Amino acid sequence: MNGENAEKKEQTLADPLSEVMELQMGPSHPACHGTIKFNLKLDGENIMVLDTEVGYLHRGFEKMVEQGTWTQAIPYTDRLNYASPLINNFIFCEAVERLCDITVPERASYLRVILSECSRIADHLTCLGMGATELGAFSAGFYMNEARELLYNLNSRVTGARVTVSYGRVGGLARDVPDDFEDMVREAIRKTEAVLSDSEKLLERNRIFTDRMVGIGIMSQETAKSFGITGPMLRATGIAYDVRKAAPYMFYDRFDFEVPVGTKGDNFDRFAVRFEEVKQSIRIIDQALKQLPQGPVVVDNPLYVLPDKKDVYGNIEGLMNHFKIVIEGIRVPAGEIYFAGEGANGELGFYVVSDGSGRPYRVRVRPPCFYGMASLETMAKGHMVSDLVAIFGMVNMIGGECDR
Amino acid sequence: MAQRGAGVALDSSELAGRVGGAVAGSEARPFATPGSAAIEVAPASIEAVLRYLRDDLGFDLYVDVTAVDYEALRGTIEVLYVVRSLSDAAQAVVKVAIDARDPHLPTVTGLFDGANWAEREVFDMFGVRFDGHPDLRRILMYPEFEGHPLRKSYAYQHRQPLTPERDPIADPWPRRHPIPQPSQK
Repeated sequence: MNGENAEKKEQTLADPLSEVMELQMGPSHPACHGTIKFNLKLDGENIMVLDTEVGYLHRGFEKMVEQGTWTQAIPYTDRLNYASPLINNFIFCEAVERLCDITVPERASYLRVILSECSRIADHLTCLGMGATELGAFSAGFYMNEARELLYNLNSRVTGARVTVSYGRVGGLARDVPDDFEDMVREAIRKTEAVLSDSEKLLERNRIFTDRMVGIGIMSQETAKSFGITGPMLRATGIAYDVRKAAPYMFYDRFDFEVPVGTKGDNFDRFAVRFEEVKQSIRIIDQALKQLPQGPVVVDNPLYVLPDKKDVYGNIEGLMNHFKIVIEGIRVPAGEIYFAGEGANGELGFYVVSDGSGRPYRVRVRPPCFYGMASLETMAKGHMVSDLVAIFGMVNMIGGECDR
Repeated sequence: MAQRGAGVALDSSELAGRVGGAVAGSEARPFATPGSAAIEVAPASIEAVLRYLRDDLGFDLYVDVTAVDYEALRGTIEVLYVVRSLSDAAQAVVKVAIDARDPHLPTVTGLFDGANWAEREVFDMFGVRFDGHPDLRRILMYPEFEGHPLRKSYAYQHRQPLTPERDPIADPWPRRHPIPQPSQK
């Protein structure tokens, strides 16, 4: 045996445990929903270093919003989070409305609450269903997708699109809901409840599922606060903080609902908190449907709202008003505001700066899952590669929102 | 926390007074933004101000760091820090204005873990350098990207040059960590 071969043999026989293995997972990996890359350094199968690379879905949201009018920003906000586009719409509009100092009519606000909660359910179902699927629980995943489909159909009936809804407007909503709205929502909720109870039975005491979830990816309250973790992930650590309760916007102070919290801050708590939140959202929807008043769905203010088509075609003032708003855009008074609402993944904030012209000077989105992804290394360190999939699933990264 | 008193939200001028008194050289002054207590402080004092807000005034939840480019108007970039108190949901916005030609200021990653990625994003998008940041590299854009896209001087139709394919062996992903040693088996 010559020297070269001996060296080769030594290399092949080297103990795999004695060296650090570098592994790149992604950017397109079947076990991860979303385009994301994990650069791992592994000790055997345990994670020593995790460098998360985001940005694969960056589309320049914040830059593009600066190019158009305020109203033209709304379709961009749809595309932040495909699971709950209506929440993005409404929170952006709420931020701009605070800058304009206008109050939307009661009916519009109630409809925003109802549709936001429907979206929150759809988002949680996406997260829970995908998370379960990634751990092999396909049936539960498909049940939840079925329920989500009901809510997307509701979106479709109300807004004309399943995902790209563009339904919010500064000052209210694009149009009123169909006459049979209440029946549609109640029907969708009734079926969702049935699906939820099925999936709950499939998962909650399923040994295979709980073994992968309980005690995995624990996060302390201090770490969560330091990372800016909000939403279900923060509540899983035991902090009962929900923007809807703490700083109510829309009409969230008029409804009776609870803020579910976890105890340990592990994966299972995140799962359970989301499950419980779906039930709370159903309670809110039920109350809001009972209280839903009649009336207009946009403010009566020609500075911000397009005139009726009757006026556009019937008189010159209406026509000019229409042109001014479409061509020049609405004039948002100069100023800046940070406004945050409770998105499905946590605090969805908009830092909006207006210079008084018809275009946004700066719109910053504070995406909740961006900080969730930032904390991924802290949660996953020391766990196995397969646990990373479970932890990532419960962060519920939505590429469009995280990368903008 | 005790100093502020539970449930008492500060207004901007009150906050400016407290911060100005507690942090020397902060030059805190209030500015108007709906729904938040908002102050502008001197760039060098940002870490001390945020530490005071977190430890003494109870703003314990890190929320966001972002920036706005005012180069054409005032020759500055404003970096904004948002923090919140979990006990009463009070929200504080702290702003610093830095020279847009040589934008840099101290990092706050020592205070808030979340600032790590947020400051990387501000660096990526605006070219603001955070002195003392442990890992200041682009986050949303790729390493070869030229310029900082959210600066107003960056035209939105601006094209980037094609970059050659990177050899993952010769030029691997940034090795920011020393290679760790595996545990003894």
